[in-house]
Amino acid sequence: MRLQKNTSLALYSVLESASQPQRHISAAEIAARLGASPHHLAKVLAELARAGILESARGVGGGYRFAGNARRLTLLDIVQMFEDVGPHPDAVAATPIERAIATILSEIDEHALATFASITLATMLRLIERQRTVKAQPASPRAIKPL
Amino acid sequence: MSSRAKPGRGGSARPGGAGSEGTGAAVALRIRPARRGDLDRVTAIDATVTGLEKAAYWRSIYRRYGAGAQPERAFLVAELDGRVAGFVIGEIRDWEFGSPPCGWVFAIDVEPGARLGGIGTRLLESIGERFRAAGVTKLRTMLARDNTLILSFFRSQGMMAGPFIPLEMDVEQARHG
Repeated sequence: MRLQKNTSLALYSVLESASQPQRHISAAEIAARLGASPHHLAKVLAELARAGILESARGVGGGYRFAGNARRLTLLDIVQMFEDVGPHPDAVAATPIERAIATILSEIDEHALATFASITLATMLRLIERQRTVKAQPASPRAIKPL
Repeated sequence: MSSRAKPGRGGSARPGGAGSEGTGAAVALRIRPARRGDLDRVTAIDATVTGLEKAAYWRSIYRRYGAGAQPERAFLVAELDGRVAGFVIGEIRDWEFGSPPCGWVFAIDVEPGARLGGIGTRLLESIGERFRAAGVTKLRTMLARDNTLILSFFRSQGMMAGPFIPLEMDVEQARHG
């Protein structure tokens, strides 16, 4: 599964800030870490701030800080801000072949949505912590594209 | 909360809520094997969550999984300040679906007022310890994918998607004539 670039940027930014909830992280710092365009990232961060997931502070030492509830906020809450997670557009397809294909794609989507909906940021932070202790594995070719 | 973990097994409740990431309040919590006298509370907790009181079903579950059952079966309750506040049921199954022996959790439930106190976590840990002592190293469960609350609970405990995919189909009525 591949996520839109904005979604990946948002997930990374939120998890980075949630792992250091007391700290304001600058957009430039996150952009540099991800190799992303600061201008592009700024739009994503602004969207997250509008949703109340991040809060921004101006001036020296300013930046973005996590403002959500890590035990309540799920990956789906973030993903659906940047992805169309509604029914598959081919679900109303006209031909039997189109409908059969749409059925399978919907099945995949439903599993993906259930997975995103079931994982809170708190769970992700624990998973990230566990990943720190395991040796890095080569990414599966079907894995989410690394940032 | 509760979850059905095996197709065609039992008649557990529909899930309600979990208590995974507790506040750690200073109360006496004890996990112990279920006793026959616990069944009224177990039935009531399940009924609170599902809206259905299934006393006969829980008596049947107790006969199969409660005291005196085989060591590979577990029916544990969480006693909070002397009152049963939750339960977990599971068993070790060998070589089903081609899988080496593993522990299945097919019902876990915490009364709504006692959630978010870590009871669900302790119940899951306790049944996991029993299964581990019996020689298995894998814990599994299965539940509806729209059951976000309980999915989140199991996820918070470190559970990930397993290597199996559940499939189902409607069985057509036999044609006569």
